[in-house]
Formats: sequence, structure tokens, C-alpha cells
Amino acid sequence: MTKPLEDYTWQEVELGGILREPGSARDYKVGDWKSQHPVWTKSHCIRCGVCWTVCPEAAIIEETGGYFDVNLDYCKGCGICARECVTGCISMVTEEE
Amino acid sequence: MAKRVGIEVSLAVSHAVQLARAEAIAAYPITPQTHIVEHLSSLVANAELEAEFINVESEHSAISACIGTSAAGARTYTATSSQGLALMHEILFIASAMRFPIVMTVANRALSGPLSIWNDHSDIMGARDIGWIQVFVQNGQEAFDHTIMAFKIAEHRRVLLPMIVNLDGFILSHVVEALEFTDQDTVDRFLPPYHPWHQLDPKKPVTMGAFGMPEIFAEFKMKHQVTLMNSYDQIMKVWQEWGQLTGRDYHPVEHYKTEGAKILLLTMGCLSEVAEIAVDELRDAGVPVGLLKLRLWRPFPFAALREAVNGAELLIVCDRALSVGGPGGPVLSEVRSVLYPLSPQPKVLGYIIGLGGRDVPPEDFKEIVAQAQAEAELGPRQEFYMYGVRG
Ligand code: SF4
Ligand code: SF4
Repeated sequence: MTKPLEDYTWQEVELGGILREPGSARDYKVGDWKSQHPVWTKSHCIRCGVCWTVCPEAAIIEETGGYFDVNLDYCKGCGICARECVTGCISMVTEEE
Repeated sequence: MAKRVGIEVSLAVSHAVQLARAEAIAAYPITPQTHIVEHLSSLVANAELEAEFINVESEHSAISACIGTSAAGARTYTATSSQGLALMHEILFIASAMRFPIVMTVANRALSGPLSIWNDHSDIMGARDIGWIQVFVQNGQEAFDHTIMAFKIAEHRRVLLPMIVNLDGFILSHVVEALEFTDQDTVDRFLPPYHPWHQLDPKKPVTMGAFGMPEIFAEFKMKHQVTLMNSYDQIMKVWQEWGQLTGRDYHPVEHYKTEGAKILLLTMGCLSEVAEIAVDELRDAGVPVGLLKLRLWRPFPFAALREAVNGAELLIVCDRALSVGGPGGPVLSEVRSVLYPLSPQPKVLGYIIGLGGRDVPPEDFKEIVAQAQAEAELGPRQEFYMYGVRG
């Protein structure tokens, strides 16, 4: 997107809603729906990668050293990672304004 | 002068699709559309039409496949009726929003229940707001002509919208009529090959059918609305061009003996030809009655209708569908709202006729005119009238 969505007039929108820019789904930051987000206690993490595998939003990113963290732009706060983590080192924290 | 051929109207429609060189057809056979797609499938099987014929398991899949073939850049056709059109419903909006120039014949048939295979317009009226261009035809020649013209209208760069040709099921689709075919050369000159505005191509990846955030959704709807309204000019151009080629002229609102008419009947589809007979007889008897035939349903021909009713005292709108619990028939409520700003305006009375295949002979129109005149004197006393219902 060359400019924010709210700046497009009806004359400017693409015919048929076509998106010509590959990979532009990245621009849709769907993470602002969540009411909770995961937080890692990395000292307990065994770097098994289960959280990374189960996240339905691919919001979990692998860091150097094989640990994991979250990209909050895409995390929807479903809590699956926290539930499936084999060592229980992920906890869900309530979002604040 | 092309020669006249006696042919079943469904087969004439298939022939029009063949002449238009459709490249992809996906359809599910449903009464009374069946003969159209049966014939097309045999044309494809016999290599008389070079197209993909996709056999699908339902109409939902038929229209979805049409979206796929249209996205891939193929000139695409389908046909349906009644429950099949209803099953397509959610996808119909997507086809027009994605701006795919699919052409579809709807052989109009009542929607259940009770289960009925016979003609009325309840199927298409349920799909009134799908954002497609829509016309109604009253005979086989018109069905043939409008099928070919639909491709040219739909595919024009400034239109790029799907289009429906409505023809009455059985009472039109299954009759044999004498009609004039246009030869392949003429059609080829009239209708050049389809060059899609964009087609699925792995070398130039795009996303089609993406979601729209609240910040942008209304802008897309506005663009669709404006394009559909503006398609009017292109429709007129294509109809004129066809008229010059074939001598057969079409108009958004057609007039029959409307000169000096104080009373106007308004009909769509096959009812129009029957109403003509009634108008002839009433005129002979000195009743100042004329007939308006609404051909273009979407975009609605606001100006043409307002102009057409000018000077009339009573307008009788005949609907072949009932808007249950609403203000009568769908055509009635739209016509009333279109005429609302007019001053003076005729009294507008609505009659619902011919539901579920009920026969409508010319005598009924004569009776309706007489009843409507009396009712108009009295008030009228009802929002609308269900004509000929016992009890
Ligand atoms: S809460 Fe859900 S969306 Fe967010 S990182 Fe965990 S699994 Fe992914
Ligand atoms: S599932 Fe738990 S232990 Fe395994 S990598 Fe993720 S945070 Fe570490």
C-alpha cells in the first residue's frame, strides 16, 4: 500500500478489489483484536519449537539462539502457544490501554 | 437478410452462446433451464464449440467455477433457474464485486414452496440486488439477441460487470419460435475476442477476492454503484450497434400504443406480448390504454421511466412476484419510488399476476384495467392487488 487505507477515494480503489502487490497481507496488522498476549520466561524454555509450530497466526518468531518471541502486530491472543508449551514457560498477560 | 428458422428458444440461446464463442461454461441442469445447457454440452462434446464445459455438482459450484474461469481470462457463460439461482446467491455478489463479465441466462421459475417448476419472477427478484446488469426478454428473438449483446456489454472496459438475461421458463424457454439467426461473421465483427483486464498469471501474481477493511469497504461499494449506473450508456451503445446490424432495436423502456394513453400497463418478460393483445382490443373499444415494457431492470432506467409515464393518469404495474409482507411486487415498489419526485404523477396501482405458472390470457389484462380504473376512483383501497386469487 502506498498510502493508508483511509486516504483512498472510491475513484482510486482497484477494480474488483484486486491486490497487485505480492505479500501485502503483511500490511494488515491483525494483532489489535487481542485482549491478552503471551510472555516468555526464557530461562525455562527448552527450545523445542512447539509454540512456533502451533501458533495459528505465524506470529511467533525464532530469535538467535533458538529461543522464541512474539510479533504483537499479528498475535491474536488465542493462548494456544501458552497452553501447548511443554514446559509451561509462556504465560498470557492482559492487554492494557 | 438472414433466414428465419423455427427453433426451440432454449436451443436458440445455446446457439447464441456458440456464436459468441464462449470459452468456458459451468452449469448444473435445473428445470426449466436444462435444454440450454444440455445443448451447449453436446456442442462442446461434438467440438462445434471450442470451450471447456465444466460439469459441477451444484449451482453454488457452477457460479464459483465461472468466477474461476473468468479470473483465468475466459469468456464465461452459465444458466440457471429458481432454486439453482438461490443456491448461487452468496457467490453472485462476489462475481459482480470482483468485476467478472460472466453472462448468465436465468430461465425464470417460481421459488419453493410449494414446489413449483413453473414460471414466475420470484427467483430473480430474490436476486435483485446482486450488482449484475439485468434485462428481461419477451420472445425467442430477443433471447437470442440479448444473449450475444450481453457479452459485449459485460466485457466493455468501462463496464466489466456480469450480466443476466431473464427469460420466462417454459412459456418462453420451451416454445418453438421462428427467429432470425445472425451469421458467425457478423457476430465476430460485433463481438471481438475477450481481452481480460487482468487474468491469473503465475508470472504476475495478484490477489483476487481479498477482504476489505471497514476503512475501504464503502468506497468499493460506491465504485460498484457508479459503474453499474454508468453502464447504461454502454448498454445503449451496444443496443444501437446491434440495431444497425440487424434492424432490431431495443430500449430500456419500450412503448406499445402509448400515444395519447391515459392508462398505462407496465409489464416485463412474456407478459408483455400478451398485454399487447389486450391493449389492441381495448384501444379498439375506445379505452385510452397503452403498454410500457420494462426491459432494463439493472441499472434501473430512471429517466426513461419518468419520461414514459408523462401525461398518464393511471399506471398499472404488473408483477410476477410477490414481496410477501411488503408493499406488493418488487417492480411496483421500485416504480413507485422512482416516480415519487414527479409532479404531477399518475396514480400507481400494483397487480400481482401469473404466480407459479398461472396462465395470464389477454382477458385478464382487460379485466385488470377495468378493475384498476374502478379502484383508482375509490382510493385505491389496498396497497396492491393479488389478481385472480380465489376466496
Ligand atoms: S497467543 Fe495465539 S496468536 Fe498469539 S502467539 Fe500465541 S498462539 Fe500465536
Ligand atoms: S513451546 Fe515452550 S519450551 Fe518449547 S520452544 Fe516454545 S516456549 Fe520454549
